[in-house]
Amino acid sequence: MKRDLLKALKEARAKGTGTVLATKLDDGAQRLIAVGERTDALASAAQTALGRDKSGTVEIDGSSWFLNVFNSPPKLYIVGAVHIAQPLSQMAALSGFDVTVIDPRTAFATSERFPNLHLITAWPDEALADLPLDARTAVVTLTHDPKLDDPALVAALKSDAFYVGALGSKKTHAARAARLRAVGFDDAAIARIHGPVGLDIGAVSPAEIAISVMAQMIERLRAE
Amino acid sequence: MTDHDKVLETAETWLESGNAVALATVIKTWGSAPRPAGSQLAVRKDGVFVGSVSGGCVEGAVIAEAMDAIADGKPRKVSFGVSNEQAWQVGLACGGQIEIYVERVD
Repeated sequence: MKRDLLKALKEARAKGTGTVLATKLDDGAQRLIAVGERTDALASAAQTALGRDKSGTVEIDGSSWFLNVFNSPPKLYIVGAVHIAQPLSQMAALSGFDVTVIDPRTAFATSERFPNLHLITAWPDEALADLPLDARTAVVTLTHDPKLDDPALVAALKSDAFYVGALGSKKTHAARAARLRAVGFDDAAIARIHGPVGLDIGAVSPAEIAISVMAQMIERLRAE
Repeated sequence: MTDHDKVLETAETWLESGNAVALATVIKTWGSAPRPAGSQLAVRKDGVFVGSVSGGCVEGAVIAEAMDAIADGKPRKVSFGVSNEQAWQVGLACGGQIEIYVERVD
């Protein structure tokens, strides 16, 4: 590998854009392919690999090319800087997620409670309007307060987010579903919300609940 | 930052401080291989490494290949699996097979 190529790859990664490093396995020739580039058959194969987030070998014009996918990290927006958000944000960061915690309540959203991550003290709908909400994004609401949770869920359901989760009991979730139905979301849209949030592993403590949410989020991210 | 980035970032830091570096990348897996295709390991000329290409089973052998790649500059492919003679020595306990591409960063 050429040093310049490594540098170019690192720069592309720093910008957060998806990139594929293509290596011709016969002679070691290499090329970088940016997300969206479809100049030839190899570039098109790279786009497929990016979409699937899966590195692998392809045959192009009789040669084997290894496509190493460098996707942008998945994003997690946590609404509610509550206790569960503390272990959840740490676990998600450890799992490679780019984590943002959103809470307008400045007593909750402090850098002492949430060191080393993006913290936004604005209303969730305003915050989410300024953030990318794509197919590599997860949104989890944790406040229990419809004033804060609902606007975030509305934004999430209008997006391609791969995971939408809302903390709250079955009863709370039924009331939430009714409110969302009243503002025009159909059953299919509401079914996208994982509520009660997380896999049912009998989690009790904030860290345990964070594990159940994390596990469900990864299950969705890695679903074929 | 993803694991991928950490490996590349470290490789670049090593290069900048004047060290020869090789990269090992999993290019193919069969069966229950521990790390998926695309997983990387960066090796410094003195054998220090970051990242992983297996669950620790074949890293030692890959580092030796990386040293050879640093010495002769030739990229190479190495395979590990239960049917492979070498696997009895370095061992992929999971029973899977992996193919690894090793290259020097020039």
